[in-house]
Amino acid sequence: MDIIDLRSIATVAALVTFVGIWVWAWSGRHKKDFDEAARLPLEGDEE
Amino acid sequence: MSTNNVETFYDDYVIRRFSVMAVVWGVVGMLMGVIVASQLAFPELNLGLPWTSFGRLRPLHTNLVIFAFGGCALFATSYYVVQRTSQVKLAFPMLARYTFWGYQAVILAAIISLPLGYTQAKEYAELEWPIDLLLLVVWVMYAIVFFGTIAQRKIKHIYVANWFYGAFIIVVAILHIVNSAAIPAEWMKSYSAYAGVQDAMVQWWYGHNAVGFFLTAGFLGMMYYFVPKQAERPVYSYRLSIVHFWGLIFTYMWAGSHHLHYTALPDWTQSVGMVLSLILLAPSWGGMINGMMTMSGAWHKLRDDPILRFLIVSLSFYGMSTFEGPMMAIKTVNALSHYTDWTVGHVHSGALGWVGFVSMGSLYFLVPRLWGVKQMYSKKAIELHFWLATIGVVLYITAMWISGVTAGLMWRAMNDDGTLTYTFVESVKAMHPFYVIRMIGGLMYVSGMIIMLWNVIKTVQMGQETRARIPSTVVHA
Repeated sequence: MDIIDLRSIATVAALVTFVGIWVWAWSGRHKKDFDEAARLPLEGDEE
Repeated sequence: MSTNNVETFYDDYVIRRFSVMAVVWGVVGMLMGVIVASQLAFPELNLGLPWTSFGRLRPLHTNLVIFAFGGCALFATSYYVVQRTSQVKLAFPMLARYTFWGYQAVILAAIISLPLGYTQAKEYAELEWPIDLLLLVVWVMYAIVFFGTIAQRKIKHIYVANWFYGAFIIVVAILHIVNSAAIPAEWMKSYSAYAGVQDAMVQWWYGHNAVGFFLTAGFLGMMYYFVPKQAERPVYSYRLSIVHFWGLIFTYMWAGSHHLHYTALPDWTQSVGMVLSLILLAPSWGGMINGMMTMSGAWHKLRDDPILRFLIVSLSFYGMSTFEGPMMAIKTVNALSHYTDWTVGHVHSGALGWVGFVSMGSLYFLVPRLWGVKQMYSKKAIELHFWLATIGVVLYITAMWISGVTAGLMWRAMNDDGTLTYTFVESVKAMHPFYVIRMIGGLMYVSGMIIMLWNVIKTVQMGQETRARIPSTVVHA
């Protein structure tokens, strides 16, 4: 296995990781957590 | 505000200092921009002196606006946002103060060394090796303070703005170390560790990621906090923020070679840069749409809130320049645009329109809160600043579009016998009126910034340094 193989593997792994993140974020299972997270800026100070 | 327990208060000491200096350096850096723009229109303004010549002042302008103005705004907002979204006091407050003084020392060193002619001759990485080392120390302290605060957070979830700020801090460190690698020959003189086309590729890998991570990721962090805050509604789509974050991270790293189209760089490397630049449109617009849509149902607020208007117009310019960028990365378009003023116009629609506006909006939000007053001293002055800045940017970029396309077309025009239709100096003459218009646009933009400085000074005088309380209610998430 030479350096080109390693680079190819790293490139494909990066793509697969990205698609994995996309599927994870869009799966809908996290909707409640995401909605709560989205409110964080609005809850950080006493006004 | 009855208890004296320090742990119940945020630490905004250093944020106040960075905020004021962001505005001060904004005025100085943009003024320097107007000076170099005037020199291009009227070369006598070089004064015939080496220290005041365009070649030395232009890098001083870029360093001051990007690193001094933009950098101070990023330090101020990141320290503010990471505390509020983690609901914890800044970790290592003394270290945070050193980052302030250290960073100002780097800026002062730039102001002294660049006009004296000390330079590594790498665009946006001109500072010589001793200053590079100082910046590295400051940056490591910055990372310790920022990630130390994240580590101590009271909220389980790390809010998306912090992901953007975190990526900005880490990647800028990597870029700075790799591209500034040099062999010192003597005090304030060094040679790049790379040679030939490799040196060019490292430089533009750095250069484009400086755009992607200094001028984009950091300021998107700002957007993800201050747009929801000022619009008083949560961000439009949280999952979109996650996907476009990782989209930017995985894509930006590859785009730098589009700065080297039709050079000695291997053709396939140029093509990779072009294709990945085109793909970049998607994650860039993901962020733009997410910010814009946060306004849905609250558009009426734009009518009487100039701060919100700064933030939303910044997103329009972000969308515009991230459409223009991929287009200019296409080889055939680049053949026309490269080495012309079109590039300069593109950079300024991003820098003045996006980075400038989002920083100004965020600072207008921050300053009254940091000094314990309800709002800025003069709302009318913010309005005036907004319109001066908007008209200034539009004048600037349209002048550069026309000038750039004109010059590009003149350079490639050929007669039937294969000789060039125009001499170079004829293209320079054609560009001249637009250089004057650009100078006027810049003058309007910096005038707005001077009004902002006045408004900030008045607001600071009106208020006093206050301590903001950390909410005691434990939030879910």
